[in-house]
Amino acid sequence: MNPVTVISGTAVPLDRSDVDTDQIIPSDWLKRIERTGFGKGLFAEWRDDRDFVLNKEEYAGARILIAGSNFGTGSSREHAVWALEDYGFEAVISPRFGDIFRNNATKVGLLPVTVTAEIGEQLMRAVEADPTLEITIDVERRSLSAPKIGLETTFPLDDFTAYRLLNGLDDIGLTMRQGDAITSYESTRPAWSPSTIPR
Amino acid sequence: MGSTLIDKVWERHVVRRVEGEPDLLFIDLHLIHEVTTPQAFDGLRLAGRGVRRPDLTLGTMDHNVPTDIAGLGMHNTELVTDEVSRAQMLALAKNCEEYGIPLFPMGHANQGIVHVIGPELGLTLPGMTVVCGDSHTSTHGAFGGIAFGIGTSEVEHVLATQTLPQIKPKTMQVVVDGEVPEGVTAKDIVLAIIARIGTGGGMGHIIEYRGSAIRALSMEGRMTVCNMSIEGGAKAGLIAPDETTFTYLRGRDYAPKGADWEAAVTDWRALVTDDDATFDKSVFIDAATLEPHVSWGTNPGQTVSISAVVPSPDSVTDPVERNAVVRALEYMALIPGTPMRSISVDTVFIGSCTNSRIEDLRVAAGILDGRHLAANIRALIVPGSYRVKKQAEEEGLDKIFVTAGAEWREPGCSMCLGMNPDALKPGERSASTSNRNFEGRQGRGSRTHLVSPAVAAATAVAGHLATPADLAARQGIR
Repeated sequence: MNPVTVISGTAVPLDRSDVDTDQIIPSDWLKRIERTGFGKGLFAEWRDDRDFVLNKEEYAGARILIAGSNFGTGSSREHAVWALEDYGFEAVISPRFGDIFRNNATKVGLLPVTVTAEIGEQLMRAVEADPTLEITIDVERRSLSAPKIGLETTFPLDDFTAYRLLNGLDDIGLTMRQGDAITSYESTRPAWSPSTIPR
Repeated sequence: MGSTLIDKVWERHVVRRVEGEPDLLFIDLHLIHEVTTPQAFDGLRLAGRGVRRPDLTLGTMDHNVPTDIAGLGMHNTELVTDEVSRAQMLALAKNCEEYGIPLFPMGHANQGIVHVIGPELGLTLPGMTVVCGDSHTSTHGAFGGIAFGIGTSEVEHVLATQTLPQIKPKTMQVVVDGEVPEGVTAKDIVLAIIARIGTGGGMGHIIEYRGSAIRALSMEGRMTVCNMSIEGGAKAGLIAPDETTFTYLRGRDYAPKGADWEAAVTDWRALVTDDDATFDKSVFIDAATLEPHVSWGTNPGQTVSISAVVPSPDSVTDPVERNAVVRALEYMALIPGTPMRSISVDTVFIGSCTNSRIEDLRVAAGILDGRHLAANIRALIVPGSYRVKKQAEEEGLDKIFVTAGAEWREPGCSMCLGMNPDALKPGERSASTSNRNFEGRQGRGSRTHLVSPAVAAATAVAGHLATPADLAARQGIR
């Protein structure tokens, strides 16, 4: 994972709530065994509609997606995060995220930014009115600002996730340092704990 | 102050706790399937890492499996005609072999939907932590453990370390007390819960389902309830183990035996929420008020009683919610005020990790016995595993289905998610016992009504959304 520190750029307003991961990346894309190339499948069914917001020229090159509440609900498919990232998004702003999506995003380095419903609404309308509106998100300060509309706010992000993002750290590498603790825990498991390999 | 069951199971699995960091949790069982693992194994190879506990890992194939390749056979995977699907399934076989992970591939007598086989083999036990790269892993919570879906990065993490760093979610209780009216099933209970709390109601929480109506459910019913926890946004859902749980597990292939069994049951009896424990959030539902539930919209929260009508956007005050209703009505091609019972369907699907177990099939067979599908209705009945299939055939259920005009298929995820040949055509409408009515979920342009197996079977006979009682009433009139 590359370090995620400050994300600055324009945004796309996706004015829908309950955008589930089946919409973000439809299931026929899940048959692929590669890790890259999912950007083409992002919102595949909605993009067939010429009027869909991602097809609008004025929003080309945006790095931030602004969505309604309950973004990324449903299926655990990390492919949804890969698709957003591959398309060019670095952050998603929503009043509420599906838990698994949120987790997946922080593992990959796509920043989930949780804002209040009021600020979500304010940003949505502002970006609809002005596609050139610049938004800056700072991970270390947990801040989101859009100076042109006088917006300056903060968002929640736990210290550990922020530390990993800022340093681009591999989660697995960090856990592997705890090998002794894991071995010690394993020795305390009940003898009757099931095994998938018959003993 | 006492602890909740959620706290107790969580605490038992903490490998390391440090202020300001997530808890490092040990994972007792890691189930894997073909869709969410290939990139995880590639990641392991790239980093030169191994699989720490292949003996706590089990693979199967389910999402891509075509349900028309009959019979057992080690080479069934090679018969899959969709090249991309076949490549994904063969990748799992290769990865499992390379890392020494047991696998029940297509054509194996233990193959099936990952959330059906774990419990039926006796691998899913009370008090365990179970993860899988699939959101319906919450199913396994029916046995009183913490079970949740993870993404591919986390799959790789568990393969490498058998642990996951996790921030402890909040606790929520959903208490369903009283006796459910005749005709109301586990599926109706969970649909009613989601209709009440919404798709975001459980976000950031693990739910414990409690109350006499939950206690009265069979293990199959409890799995149906826990399965759909994620549709209410919850991280996981669980039910305290009791005699029903122990009776279900006793003697299963991988469950403890003899003195181990006695020791395990003694341990499991402690897995209850203390009387003085408190939850962060509580929802109470009176079971006596419940009716069969069906979804009308494009998320599982957009669900009503079958006696209700399609709702109107005018009845919704929140503008965001109102827009969602307008959009869902348009996608579903429904007019507000239409009685749910008058909605005709093209296809009935009985299957999926929500409702493909033997009890579900028995209910459907009981309704279809001596009856025939309505004209132009296609009904797919897909057992959740080979074991379920075999059991159903021993009981003669397959003959009842075929005589009624339904298709009796091979085990797999089938029409739940449009990753295999079983899919709806654009604009087609289904009554489905699966868990998601999202846009395009059952195939591009598909329209899904989520129902119980009982309502699905009755709908297949009536041609429109119906309950078994509706069929009986109609026959009475004749």
